[in-house]
Amino acid sequence: MNQTSTPTHAIDLSAIERERRHRDLAAEDVCLEVKNLDLYYGSKQALKCINMIIPRRRVSAFIGPSGCGKSTLLRCFNRMNDLVDGVRIDGAIELDGVNIYDRQVNVSSLRRRVGMVFQKPNPFPKSIYENVAYGLRIQGINSRRTLDEVVEKALRGAALWDEVKDRLHDNALGLSGGQQQRLVIARAIAIEPEVLLLDEPASALDPISTLKIEELIYELKDRYTIVIVTHNMQQAARVSDYTAFMYMGELVEYADTDTIFTNPRQKRTEDYITGRYG
Amino acid sequence: MEKVHIGHHISQQFNEELEDIRTRMLAMGGLVEQQLADALKALTEGDTELAERVITGDYRVNAMEVSIDEECNRVLARRQPAASDLRLIVAVIKTITDLERIGDQAERVARMSLRLTRSNADRRPYSSLRNLGERVRQQLHDTLDAYARMDTEAAVQIARADLQIDRDYDALSRELITFMMEDPRTITWALDVMWSARALERIGDHARNICEYLIYLVKGKDVRHVSLEQMEAEARK
Repeated sequence: MNQTSTPTHAIDLSAIERERRHRDLAAEDVCLEVKNLDLYYGSKQALKCINMIIPRRRVSAFIGPSGCGKSTLLRCFNRMNDLVDGVRIDGAIELDGVNIYDRQVNVSSLRRRVGMVFQKPNPFPKSIYENVAYGLRIQGINSRRTLDEVVEKALRGAALWDEVKDRLHDNALGLSGGQQQRLVIARAIAIEPEVLLLDEPASALDPISTLKIEELIYELKDRYTIVIVTHNMQQAARVSDYTAFMYMGELVEYADTDTIFTNPRQKRTEDYITGRYG
Repeated sequence: MEKVHIGHHISQQFNEELEDIRTRMLAMGGLVEQQLADALKALTEGDTELAERVITGDYRVNAMEVSIDEECNRVLARRQPAASDLRLIVAVIKTITDLERIGDQAERVARMSLRLTRSNADRRPYSSLRNLGERVRQQLHDTLDAYARMDTEAAVQIARADLQIDRDYDALSRELITFMMEDPRTITWALDVMWSARALERIGDHARNICEYLIYLVKGKDVRHVSLEQMEAEARK
């Protein structure tokens, strides 16, 4: 019998020690920073003094009841609200330290860096290939080889390639809803933005397509900073690293997703996520 | 802020499901408390019939554990509870495990009381064992009471009182060792008493675990394996 007490298995103590898995906003690399942001639709104030950071290469989710301002805030990140009549915005949003509401900022180049996907898939009535290549074509890139490469990479990135590689030149409107939504995501990432804004990206999809989109979000966060607005709280809990709860134009609570869903600090957050009336 | 309020869900049915789980857990606690009280009574009074009843009654505790567990699983699957609702379900799942083990220990005390009564041994340190039993029974009672009132302050006091139980158990062990050294003929009897005391001491530990789950439920802080001082600080936050 072996008398020396060599353990049969190497014991990794670090794995046994109580692991602190909670993420910490303060320790993150800041991608976007919102500073004292107020937004008015005419005389109605839709966002009230929002201050927050969006961490780089993380998924941040905005939750809250309808009309709480979460989509409005999301649209501020690539100045989509500029197009709405009667909007007034005070305060600043800094992308890598530069205020995107500065006069010198070119909105088109901002939107190249901050892409957006909407609730309803909105492919162009063109072929699958041309949908993805669109962003590059309007930048004047027409080299067949470059386009082929980018289209394949973007479709693979959006987990759609295997399903469409044999029919790239078919009309995109022939795809299913879930496929169309992934196509739109492929179109958004083809121009390699830094930030991806997703406004209810799965709310019109069936559960399986929804899971595919969520899986895709998980894969994309290695390369992109993702901000997602969702009505589906379980979805926010599944996909996000940080969750912000908004209510009536205010940011009520913003913390790592584990904390928000197991032990929120604010009663209004608790009431909302547990389905209570306040 | 009082963070745990079971009612007020938009879904009335969800309110009822959570309330039902909580009520059944407390009912299970009541049953376990009764089992322990009966086992102690059988021990001190040499009531073999009562001891038999405790032993055969343990299946009811087990059945309640299984059925509450099922109900918790069902709520997890169908409701995806969050925040305090989630903590309630998790705390209940853990609490009923400890309650079931307390039930097993009560059964063990009842078995020992049968042996002690049938061996007709003399009953010298019974007062020590009776005192320990009374302290443990009170401990379990206070634990369930604190749970019913969601009282974390009481939970800390109970955890502190467990130290006294441990000291009583140590004192009792030393007493028994003295008996055994003086007269080896007492060994069989002394070991039976020792086993009973051991079972009671374990019940104290389970009660402390339940207090930890209560603090987790109310405060959202995991206070297992931390010092009493840290536990106190978290409970008062």
